[in-house]
Amino acid sequence: MLRQTEGSHAIAESVALCRPEVICAYPITPQTHIVEGLGEMVKAGDLKNCEFINVESEFAALSVAIGASAAGARTYTATASQGLLFMAEAVYNAAGLGLPIVMTIGNRAIGAPINIWNDHTDSMSMRDAGWIQLYAETNQEAADLHIQAFRLAEELSMPVMVCVDGFILTHAYERIDVPTQEQVDAYLPPFEPRQVLDPQEPVSIGAMVGPEAFMEVRYLAHHKQMRALELIPQLAREFKSVFGRDSGGLIRTYRAEDAKTIVVALGSVNGTIKDVIDELRDEGYAIGAAAIVSFRPFPSDELHELLSHAKRLVVIEKSLAVGIGGIVSHNLRMALSGISLHAYTVVAGLGGRAITKASLRSLFERALRDELEPLTFLDLNQAAIDRELAREQAQRRSGPSAENILRDLGVR
Amino acid sequence: MEMQQIKFYQTGTFTVGNRLLGEQQRSVQANMARTNSLNSGHRACQGCGEALGARYAIDAAMRATDNQVIACNATGCLEVFSTPYPETSWQIPWIHSLFGNAAAVATGVAAAMKVKGRKEVRVIAQGGDGGTTDIGFGCLSGMFERNDDVLYICYDNQAYMNTGVQRSSATPPAARTATTMALGSEPGAVFGQGKNVPEIAMAHGIPYVATASVAYLRDLEEKVSRAMAARGSRYIHILVPCPLGWGAAPHDTIKLARLAVETGLFPLFEAEHGEVTHSTPIRRRLPVEEYLRPQKRFAHLFGKTEAVDTIARIQAIADRNIRKYRLVDERRHG
Repeated sequence: MLRQTEGSHAIAESVALCRPEVICAYPITPQTHIVEGLGEMVKAGDLKNCEFINVESEFAALSVAIGASAAGARTYTATASQGLLFMAEAVYNAAGLGLPIVMTIGNRAIGAPINIWNDHTDSMSMRDAGWIQLYAETNQEAADLHIQAFRLAEELSMPVMVCVDGFILTHAYERIDVPTQEQVDAYLPPFEPRQVLDPQEPVSIGAMVGPEAFMEVRYLAHHKQMRALELIPQLAREFKSVFGRDSGGLIRTYRAEDAKTIVVALGSVNGTIKDVIDELRDEGYAIGAAAIVSFRPFPSDELHELLSHAKRLVVIEKSLAVGIGGIVSHNLRMALSGISLHAYTVVAGLGGRAITKASLRSLFERALRDELEPLTFLDLNQAAIDRELAREQAQRRSGPSAENILRDLGVR
Repeated sequence: MEMQQIKFYQTGTFTVGNRLLGEQQRSVQANMARTNSLNSGHRACQGCGEALGARYAIDAAMRATDNQVIACNATGCLEVFSTPYPETSWQIPWIHSLFGNAAAVATGVAAAMKVKGRKEVRVIAQGGDGGTTDIGFGCLSGMFERNDDVLYICYDNQAYMNTGVQRSSATPPAARTATTMALGSEPGAVFGQGKNVPEIAMAHGIPYVATASVAYLRDLEEKVSRAMAARGSRYIHILVPCPLGWGAAPHDTIKLARLAVETGLFPLFEAEHGEVTHSTPIRRRLPVEEYLRPQKRFAHLFGKTEAVDTIARIQAIADRNIRKYRLVDERRHG
């Protein structure tokens, strides 16, 4: 059914249709509307057979989810930013235990300086925790990916993060095709756990593992993600046959077939990128784009094939690996083996800075002329940086940088 | 319990042999049908108070629930010695997740059981004092505050024993640990720090809080049974001496646990909804020296010159407990 709705609410409705049995809620902007929406459905009796638990921290949220999932319940939670870091230990633990928890990340920057706006630093910090990571481009895809995520998680017995750009998607009202319960039931069978805590059949879960078996356990996690490289496209195809639309998959290309310049990015910024590509295509440039939907597992083969005939690669990333540059581009290097091209890393949109069409257009034009530096920070205010560097040079006690820069900018 | 005429074997410990009791009153461990939930063959040290406490507590919980128990364990000695892969001593469904989240994991298990309509399945979370009073305290308080249907058992050996005897918020004043060295003007753990988690649990107003000791195992079993008869959040704090960490002989575990009670340093009591409902009177009150002297962690108090002032400060703590929990029958001792 078509509905004009907020991204967070569309996600909540989608999750509810998956018949979750335990939901842990802890507020953190910008994911809060999702769990609020779910809580309302549970309280109103619209979402039956579901325990909605208000916990005292994100660490507890995921820990409660670990217990519930290990006891055989389909389990969901959501978080963002500092919350994801606060639960970091449990993030690794849930993956290590092989528990198919689904968690939404309302992508947001990490402080300090404290910042509630969108970038990908939070989920990128957990990219190697053993979770599958899917990035949504639109709210429709965000809603759809959650349905696929439960199926994927439970088939593999592995947790899945669905990463949704904070505010840009979570708070945006868009037309969403909300599936019916019958459709979701046809796609997502009841949860049959691989391991479960049950007095009828006692097992020990989470035992201590020494050097004799730890490598094997870790390898199996990797093996599962390699299986996911096959499963994710298969589940996207099945999704299309039930719901009638394309959502998910490993990567999604746009006008990339004959493109000599390929732009790669994750999440909602792909919408803006596509608009700019349309303009440049109209002007005769052979430029295309690819959205990475599955960042973990990383679709190296698909990206290798895509880039094998390209001359240029521009990676737009909403995160910064301080001291080296890009995270996505760093990962992409693995897929570039044997390919010779100009690769540009562009760090953009940190802390919610708008990535505008105008900025992208000028960036791509420079890339097409091979005038970009290998590492570029999009729309960086160099004057503000120079002033702060000068201040640091001039006096030892120059004070807190963030506050100094804001004062310079006249923001109060 | 109905009053019954029984003949005591006067052992000096006020214990009574099971065979003098009626079938119904015999201990869980005396019964061949006990579940051996924490089975033999684990790797606990000789004289481990925690292994003993856990064995009695979980078997009692199993009897009280017709063997329908799931346990969630914090990281620590109990976890390490009971489940070195691929061995496990647990005869019950058991999960270990992290050091600081046993209470929250238990909340999740309880929620899953509730949503699946399996009301008969009961959930226990357990950990040492570090996992309970320090790193797991946030999750514990959250579980209490929500009144989640979980019994949390803290096996308190008064320091981080698994990592090599470091100070926790349950380490008593003057005790030497690896991080409260017996050096300087105030050797050992300082006075005026630490927290009383049974009292903090009571402040949450949860249905049941009790302290117990491995020296009073019948009492421990009884308290676990009572806890399992209730729903909502429940907390039992068991003092479990650690021969390694306390610097005591393995065969003195029970003796030290008893001395902690008889000196008044570890009061045995029960509370319901935030109010003390029962405390166990001290039958033979002893000065704190009797408890302190056999333990190497307090050896610096009994050097060339006895630390009289420090011992007096510890005695004052015991005296305060005795007053506060009415541990000495005023009518008898007047």
